[in-house]
Amino acid sequence: MEQLTTIGINHYLTISAILFSLGLYAVMTRKNAIVVLMGVELILNAANINFLAFSHYNGGMEGVMISLFVIVLAAAEAAVALAIIINIYKIFKSVDVSSIDSMKE
Amino acid sequence: MFELPSGAEIQSIIAILKSGLGFFIPEIYLSILFMGLIILDLVLKGRKNAILGWTTLLGLGGSFYFIAQQHAMQARELFFGMYVLDEYAIFFKYFFVASGMFAVVATLADRKFETEVKSIGEYYALVVAMVIGMVMMAAASDLLMIFLAMELVSLTAYILSGYFKRDARSSEAALKYLVYGAVSSGLMLYGFSLIYGMTAETNILKISMALADHGYDPLVMILATLLIMAGFGYKIGAFPFHFWSPDVYEGAPTPITAYLSVASKAAGFALLLRFFYIAVPHGFSPYEDILGIDWLSLLVIMSVTSMIYGNVVAIWQKNVKRLLAYSSIAHAGYLLLGVIVMDEIGTQAVLFYLLSYFLMNYAAFYVVVLISNRTGSETLDDYRGLGSKMPLAGAALTVFLISLVGLPPTVGFIGKLMIFSALLSKGSLYIWLALIGVLTSVISLYYYMLIPLNMFLRESLEPNEKSLNPGFLAQLMMAVLMILTIWFGLFFEPLSEFARYSSSMFGLSLY
Repeated sequence: MEQLTTIGINHYLTISAILFSLGLYAVMTRKNAIVVLMGVELILNAANINFLAFSHYNGGMEGVMISLFVIVLAAAEAAVALAIIINIYKIFKSVDVSSIDSMKE
Repeated sequence: MFELPSGAEIQSIIAILKSGLGFFIPEIYLSILFMGLIILDLVLKGRKNAILGWTTLLGLGGSFYFIAQQHAMQARELFFGMYVLDEYAIFFKYFFVASGMFAVVATLADRKFETEVKSIGEYYALVVAMVIGMVMMAAASDLLMIFLAMELVSLTAYILSGYFKRDARSSEAALKYLVYGAVSSGLMLYGFSLIYGMTAETNILKISMALADHGYDPLVMILATLLIMAGFGYKIGAFPFHFWSPDVYEGAPTPITAYLSVASKAAGFALLLRFFYIAVPHGFSPYEDILGIDWLSLLVIMSVTSMIYGNVVAIWQKNVKRLLAYSSIAHAGYLLLGVIVMDEIGTQAVLFYLLSYFLMNYAAFYVVVLISNRTGSETLDDYRGLGSKMPLAGAALTVFLISLVGLPPTVGFIGKLMIFSALLSKGSLYIWLALIGVLTSVISLYYYMLIPLNMFLRESLEPNEKSLNPGFLAQLMMAVLMILTIWFGLFFEPLSEFARYSSSMFGLSLY
């Protein structure tokens, strides 16, 4: 019981593992490109939680710095991704990843 | 929780950063070139494509001067261990700048850029940005730097592969590249976070020391390695992570396909080699600290499956770009064989193979560009009878494909020879791997030779004897590339010496 009442590193890691699994599940099952990207965001945030938790319990600032950079990069990636998806919608009138498949042998 | 640094500490940090700048000149130069190209495009209002292209070519060529000066500098860490300068990194600086130049040359030759896009805009600037990202990938020695450099390459590559905005196939290529790329970089980052948790370090040299000193939980290690391999495997396009590559290679503009298949793959290998040689602790024999299935067996599985899958599936392809995509999966498998060897000979073999792959793959794509300029098609059936209409292109493409198979007297043969002899130098351990490599090369002979077969031995579907020869410059370029492919197959000494010289990595000798 002792372990459950005080919040320790295991709690953070569990949360991040759950987030990671949810993100991976969304990526694998969803067809909508935007939802897939939301799943990717979940994965990135799971990694962020890991970095912050480890940084807190190991000491040192590296984890904090990495998670800051990851947040910025995720925003940049979302900008590029949405531009590409808007273009896809203009051409295919759909953002369904499984239906956009014009190249098959 | 954290104390603010004192004034003296800040001063010393600034001094260290300043002292690193002198060893960072090629990257600074390329960044200035990147910004200059954007401004030049603004001034020209995107009208004169050729001026922008030639400026990029000259600018990239100018960076050779700054890279060559780095030979005189000693191998060292820069910016608090974020970045290293060593012979290995210098090799890849040459490699990526040259591949950027070749992508520009292919773009200038490609007629589709005149019809598909109204203005070339920031295209060349993005090519340069990708060069910067790849140069940084090869020299990064910190988890954060590795991630940032990889994302810089990925983000620019997404945009470049979808550069023909109104073309459905190009847009689809961008979407697929984006989805797979985003997921695999997310997985890789999660793997990094586990490594950071195990070691409390982000510098790969310190990670390796921490792992060697304190040991590690094999289960967590294998999980982290798997996740990181998802990121690296995506970049090199090896088997379980290859799903994007056929569609992206087919849909993207051909110069970008060539750029991705050579430079982006090489960047992945640069990172893979450095990361696994330095960050993952290993004894002198690769099987010394085996704990269950360790990461080396992962590489073996990836390599074997890539060789078999790439070569077998390529047999049924009808589109030449798609065929070359599957062949590039197979080549990733051969290159992984050299990584598995895990010593200086293996690194030398990989570097040499990358050089030969650079030459033959770029050249093959260049001919594909020239042919599609004339015929407007990339399908195998439309190559019928081209041998009599474009004799030089046909002959050149045949030479490059023979080199891709790995037959003498071409540079591809020497590359494969070095990989296999590096494997066999490890004793009987890897004979079966080399055997699979040779057997799958035999399979590849079939599908590569389909192209010359169609060009020379089959009649055209609509016979007319009009010559389709490309312009003089393009002919000259093809001839030079063809001669180089054979020349380096006979006199490979300088290339292999260069590869041997470049195989020394910072941090390997500290053990």
